[in-house]
Amino acid sequence: MGTDTIAAIATALTNAGLGIIRLSGQTAIETADKIVRLKCGKPVSACGSHTIHYGFVKEGERTVDEVMVALMKAPNSYTREDTVEINCHGGVLVMQQILGLLLKNGARPAEPGEFTKRAFLNGRIDLAQAESVMDVIQAQNDFALKASMDQLKGKVSDTIRKLREEILYELAYIESALDDPEHYELDQYGSRLLQKTEHSLEAIRRLLLNAENGFVLKEGIHTVIVGKPNSGKSSLLNALTGTDRAIVTDIAGTTRDAIEEQIRLNGISLHVTDTAGIRMTDDEVERIGVERAKEYIEKSDLVIYVVDASVPLDRDDLEIAERIRDRNVIVLLNKSDLDAVVTREDITEILDQTVLTVSAKYGEGIEQLEHTVEELFFHDRIRCNDEVFITNERHKASLRNAEKSLCMVKQSIADGMPEDFYTIDLMDAYRELGSVIGEEVADDLVNEIFSKFCMGK
Amino acid sequence: MPCIEENYDVCVVGAGHAGCEAALAAARLGFETILFTVSIDSIAMMPCNPNIGGSSKGHLVREIDALGGEMGKNIDKTFIQSKMLNRSKGPAVHSLRAQADKLSYTTEMRNTLQSAEHLTIRQAEAVEILTEDAREGYRITGLKTVSGGTYFCKAVILCTGTYLNARCLTGEMVTQTGPNGLQAANHLTDSLKAHNIEIYRFKTGTPARIDRRSIDFSKMKEQFGDKTVVPFSFTTDPADVQIDQVSCWLTYTNEETHEIIRQNLDRSPLFAGVIEGTGPRYCPSIEDKVVKFADKDRHQVFIEPEGLHTNEMYISGMSSSLPEDVQKKMYRTVPGLEHAKIVRNAYAIEYDCINPNQLNPSLEFKTIRGLFCAGQLNGSSGYEEAACQGLVAGINACRYIQEKEPLILDRSEAYIGVLIDDLVTKENREPYRMMTSRAEYRLLLRQDNADLRLTKKGYEIGLIPKSRYDWVVEKERLIEQETKRVATVLVGANQTVQALLTSYGSIPLNTGTSLTELIRRPELNYDLLAPIDPGRPALPAEVTEQVNINIKYEGYISRQIKQVAQFKKLEKKKLPQSLDYSEIHGLRKEAIQKLNQIKPVSIGQASRISGVSPADLSVILVYLEQQKQREKNDR
Repeated sequence: MGTDTIAAIATALTNAGLGIIRLSGQTAIETADKIVRLKCGKPVSACGSHTIHYGFVKEGERTVDEVMVALMKAPNSYTREDTVEINCHGGVLVMQQILGLLLKNGARPAEPGEFTKRAFLNGRIDLAQAESVMDVIQAQNDFALKASMDQLKGKVSDTIRKLREEILYELAYIESALDDPEHYELDQYGSRLLQKTEHSLEAIRRLLLNAENGFVLKEGIHTVIVGKPNSGKSSLLNALTGTDRAIVTDIAGTTRDAIEEQIRLNGISLHVTDTAGIRMTDDEVERIGVERAKEYIEKSDLVIYVVDASVPLDRDDLEIAERIRDRNVIVLLNKSDLDAVVTREDITEILDQTVLTVSAKYGEGIEQLEHTVEELFFHDRIRCNDEVFITNERHKASLRNAEKSLCMVKQSIADGMPEDFYTIDLMDAYRELGSVIGEEVADDLVNEIFSKFCMGK
Repeated sequence: MPCIEENYDVCVVGAGHAGCEAALAAARLGFETILFTVSIDSIAMMPCNPNIGGSSKGHLVREIDALGGEMGKNIDKTFIQSKMLNRSKGPAVHSLRAQADKLSYTTEMRNTLQSAEHLTIRQAEAVEILTEDAREGYRITGLKTVSGGTYFCKAVILCTGTYLNARCLTGEMVTQTGPNGLQAANHLTDSLKAHNIEIYRFKTGTPARIDRRSIDFSKMKEQFGDKTVVPFSFTTDPADVQIDQVSCWLTYTNEETHEIIRQNLDRSPLFAGVIEGTGPRYCPSIEDKVVKFADKDRHQVFIEPEGLHTNEMYISGMSSSLPEDVQKKMYRTVPGLEHAKIVRNAYAIEYDCINPNQLNPSLEFKTIRGLFCAGQLNGSSGYEEAACQGLVAGINACRYIQEKEPLILDRSEAYIGVLIDDLVTKENREPYRMMTSRAEYRLLLRQDNADLRLTKKGYEIGLIPKSRYDWVVEKERLIEQETKRVATVLVGANQTVQALLTSYGSIPLNTGTSLTELIRRPELNYDLLAPIDPGRPALPAEVTEQVNINIKYEGYISRQIKQVAQFKKLEKKKLPQSLDYSEIHGLRKEAIQKLNQIKPVSIGQASRISGVSPADLSVILVYLEQQKQREKNDR
């Protein structure tokens, strides 16, 4: 395995405020020295490990960007190799220029997942940790990031390791009793094991439950925007995303099918579905869209109900109110820039939910909406606790298998099977749990994992 | 001084349970074989317990039999009591154990050896292995005896048991002898060391033998044999083993016994540090048990006859290395043994054995081609463990000469496979005893299906006659056919059926069901349902037993089969023997050292090496993946 120096842009390739280019390998510091001039005058190689310095990236005499350079020397870095991180002003062009300079000066582009692969190969992280790195990368908000960070620190690993130890103890006990019946008693063992199995099952189910929460966090809160045609749903979506993804026209009924979008609101991901307007219609295509909107409502975590304040409430509004009554709802009185004919009171009369006044078109009141969403979910519905989260599909599948196996152990006990039959399913549960934390090796596992890593990490 | 020189294909050193199987296998496969022993009278001797089989060991005997070995047949001819152990547990842990008439056992085996074609028996001590240099080590050319005789051969199988540099200890008394006061072999170790073979020092022990006439059996519980005896060998007609059986007896130690032991621990060579060797944890001396299970106020003691023509009784559960005077006191505290007269003292024995990690799974030394090793010399313990290794080494010595692929059984095929894999892969610092718990896939490795698992292999090797092979094929067909038939037999909720169910405490039917479903009920089985299965064909019990087990435990069996499939995946990922693990970046030092020493044949085997972590394995997998990529790129 070579220790050649690899480089990649570690942050998303967007015109964000800041970008990071990462460099790792035997000549990482040397390579950085060739393109960076620090303000303090020292070369990067003369700086101490875990220090950060202000300076410029230069191409010859030309300044490419103003940067902060962080230095982490082996083995105290993520990859356990010398690592340099160049924090530059975002911007696709600048980042690509800096990367290009590094490549010209001795680095080679990193393969997908190569930083993590190196970290893994250099014994830096176990499999569960490696996999949760993926979730760090994919985590689309700060909250999910926290869940991923906990996993990195080995919380899942610790919990599962403990479960495995308990199962192993029972396995060992049964087997000792089979081999040395004189000294190890199996009388009443079934009921003892039953208790322990219940206990383990509970722990696994807790992990799984949190995994479901983890899933919500990762994918975002499922949010559905509803309202009558032309009430401004699409404008709202556009105001939230800052793009013209949804078609916004003045013709009622333009959005015929659902549009889905990932939105970030103050550190919370929303998975927003913009539905077709709900109204009585003869148009076949539009009718299907309306049907679908109703389905989305059923599955949603949050409904944003957009009401056109300039048009009086009608039968369609009553219909919508009826449909969303028992969901988490924020009602937006839109088009506050126009003369309002619908008031807050009119709304609360048909639907007892939070009402906000906005102008989606001009972005007024959007901030308050964000704040309300945050209030509703961040503090109330999903607690930001220190529980362990499993956010990876493979982990979840393994946990479910372990759960299944332990249920079979319970069944064997209930059926009055001889004790040696318990071990088959106990062993399966033990292995499944082991595969979550990389203590069991499956032949195809490593490839599966690394192929999932995205560029840069 | 002129010395004799002779030529053979195979030389076997030692005529214990390993040596006998090895020599018979080689001779039966048509190879000119010579078997050396320090005493012709000690062929197949049982210097310790007077029984064959027992938990998991019974499995080994049946597997030996299915592959064409002798042990099962020999015990069927010479047993005096037989029992199927663990009948109350699942079929995986049912195990046959038979008390042997020790004298008849050795005599019968000696007769078998003496009448075998291509087999020469020679009383002589082997002192040196002869080799020539070969690529990466040596190749065997023969061996020398203490009298200077040279025996040239293509393969040597060492089965020296506990004889190498043996010494026996009874308290302060130490003798430089092998078991039963037989002559030790004091030269061969040096020759092995000269060939860079790593030597361990192990110990084991045996209890006293007590004169039957001095025992008060009225204070003990009589232990009978089974009413219907099941033979060990698949070739033995069950009718031939329904004999009059003798009894064993059960009694217990007590606090007084333990107190005597505790007070004299300093005189036990084991605890006084006189013994350097490591003893078996799973076959502990009474001293070990008293120390290890300090909270137990008693331990079982089985009194077992050593044979029909001797007064000696074996005191099972009380092996010891305490001095003679303590032994006498100690045994006499046990109810029934108050007036016991000791015929032979208990003693511990210390001996040289090899580190079996130096062997391939074929039991051939990695660095000495043609040199095979089996039995206690490999650090195992027990007659059955020795015998099965002897059989495998005998077969593989022949296959080595024939330049054929060796016979290697994996952990999902046989207890023999588990045993050998453990020996050559894991760190063994104490005598290795076979145990049910060591076999991960034990529900598939039952003693009742050893013939179905291994007879075909035995036939391919050449140790099983065509007729036996044909029967196994037919048996498989009958099992399949009957399993299918039973599933199609519908049972209605009629009066006969309900009465039968009720009589076995089974819940009556609501609606009709299949016979298969009824067999699955824990309180029922195939045989019990005969009255409501009028179309049932007449089938041998060995067939219906399999039908019953397959149906009753189908779910568990299929889950275990899945586990095996997973296991095989990793076994199939082969590792090149030329791989230098120090070149793989990211492996930990300990792992590199172990992997380079053992040179596992597969990722599966590597995963069982202690000191090799899953992370290490992932690294190797990644490395292999990279190599593959590289090769692809090169092409």
